[in-house]
Amino acid sequence: MCIRKLKESVIEFFIKISGFIIILFVFLIFLFLLKDTVLLFKDFTFKEFIFGKRWLPISEPPHFGIIPLLLGSLYVTFFATIICVPVGIASALFIAEIAPKFLRNILKSFIEILASIPSVVLGFIGIVWLGPFLKDTLKLNTGMCGLTGSFLLAFMSLPTIISISEDAIISVPKSFKEAAFGLGATRWQTLWRVVLPSASSGIIAAIMLGIDRVIGETMVVMMVTGNAPLVPKSILQPLRTLTATIAGEMGEAISGSEHYFALFAVGLILFIITFIINFLSVLLLNRSKK
Amino acid sequence: MRVKYLFFTIIFLLSCSTHNITNSHSGFIQIKGSDTIINAVQRLAEEFMEEYPYIFVAVTGGGSGVGIASLINKTCDIATASREMTLKEIILANNRGIYPKEHIVAYDGIAVVVNHNNPIDKLTIEDLHNIFTGKVDNWQNFSWEIKKIVTLSREVNSGTHMYFKEEIVKLGNKNSKEEFSAQTLLLSSSQAIVEEVVNNIYAIGYLGMGYLSDRIKPVKIGKNNEFYPPQIEYISNGKYPLSRPLYFYTNGEPEGIVKLFVDFVFSSKGQKIFFEAGFVPLKLDVY
Repeated sequence: MCIRKLKESVIEFFIKISGFIIILFVFLIFLFLLKDTVLLFKDFTFKEFIFGKRWLPISEPPHFGIIPLLLGSLYVTFFATIICVPVGIASALFIAEIAPKFLRNILKSFIEILASIPSVVLGFIGIVWLGPFLKDTLKLNTGMCGLTGSFLLAFMSLPTIISISEDAIISVPKSFKEAAFGLGATRWQTLWRVVLPSASSGIIAAIMLGIDRVIGETMVVMMVTGNAPLVPKSILQPLRTLTATIAGEMGEAISGSEHYFALFAVGLILFIITFIINFLSVLLLNRSKK
Repeated sequence: MRVKYLFFTIIFLLSCSTHNITNSHSGFIQIKGSDTIINAVQRLAEEFMEEYPYIFVAVTGGGSGVGIASLINKTCDIATASREMTLKEIILANNRGIYPKEHIVAYDGIAVVVNHNNPIDKLTIEDLHNIFTGKVDNWQNFSWEIKKIVTLSREVNSGTHMYFKEEIVKLGNKNSKEEFSAQTLLLSSSQAIVEEVVNNIYAIGYLGMGYLSDRIKPVKIGKNNEFYPPQIEYISNGKYPLSRPLYFYTNGEPEGIVKLFVDFVFSSKGQKIFFEAGFVPLKLDVY
């Protein structure tokens, strides 16, 4: 009896510790980024960093204006979301509610394969095929533009969105649907008015996770968006994202130099953005539960 | 018993090595840096390892900046670079107890490349300056179609990027405030520049001569109405305007196995490898 109790309390203790360790890690990552970011502002003003429109890290004197990079990331993410959310939710609905069982199994396994394609392979497809294709069809100057990146990122976040929203849709109680059918609702009305709203919290979580994936993705955007550090006016222009900047320049930045600290500052901004997105998703989830 | 066995083994190994004493050196050399010469350095490393089978040479790229940064951060033995170290970098290195020693190992030409369907075949330095700073942004100015010029550049960690910025964007004037046009695409490798030029007939980019192939067209470049293509003979006689030395940096005078490698690079066998990879060797008698 006593041993059982002891066992239970030990297990409970370890579970508690793991929970706290995760919080500690997040906090430490934040501190780690902050520590090096602060050093940048010894000889560079905060205002120039946040509102600067020029990113010229190796010029004399260097300019570390984050506006072009921030807008680059936001543009790509926004358009990728516009593309992947409707497609993702529609596929999830189809798989969960409409598709016959054999088709459902085939689709699900294909989506799993989709999730396992390495991003560098997608980037290569972007350079060799999608970029030139978009350039010719939309009559662009170059295929290395934000839209190519958005398409590939949308493609990458689809598996996340589809599988999580599908779970949410499946877990809607059968009785809800039966009640709707009983009242004479058509299949479409049931899906749109009953199933989707009751699965909405899971779907929102799926979308948020998808956005997190898009904004943090590095390889694809570095390979296909052209990386020109200009303030983007349209998604059809080349642009440079936060992640591609860190990946492209970190190898060269000498540790302890201004450039190095500036890249940490970029990392901190990225961290804050993903933090806000997660925070919003929690907020939305709680609201929809009420 | 076991000790005796070990003793004989050591004697045996020692006697083996006396047969071939020059090749008994062993160790590990880490080389990092320029993407421009990575293929040539890889070849050098392979040939070198054939001569000295107990020395392992690892070659990685990333750009001249990456190589120099890792020399300063003490993560490589030799940094390869397609540009000189800057004063700022040397001061940073000295502060960390690293005293870089410069070795010029070969020369390289920078080729400006366009698509084969682009009718332009020669440009002046002035034209290139206007194109890459964005002062001229339409092919119409070169009596071709009314289409925007798509300028391609390497990322800022590339030595070729630094060289091109000094010579073309700043026209050799260190105090110049000119920058690459913000429209310029910054691609992460020379191969990416090749792919974009092949796919886009309105693109223009630059790269080290080692990356020239039949798929892209090099432009003749000139000053004062004399135009020359990027070929070894015009670089060695100084007529092609865009050429530069290629560097190895070591921490202090090279010693031990690093010295062996550096000496190998300067030998006629090493220089021949540079020549075969499309670079200009220091001594012209190797070909």
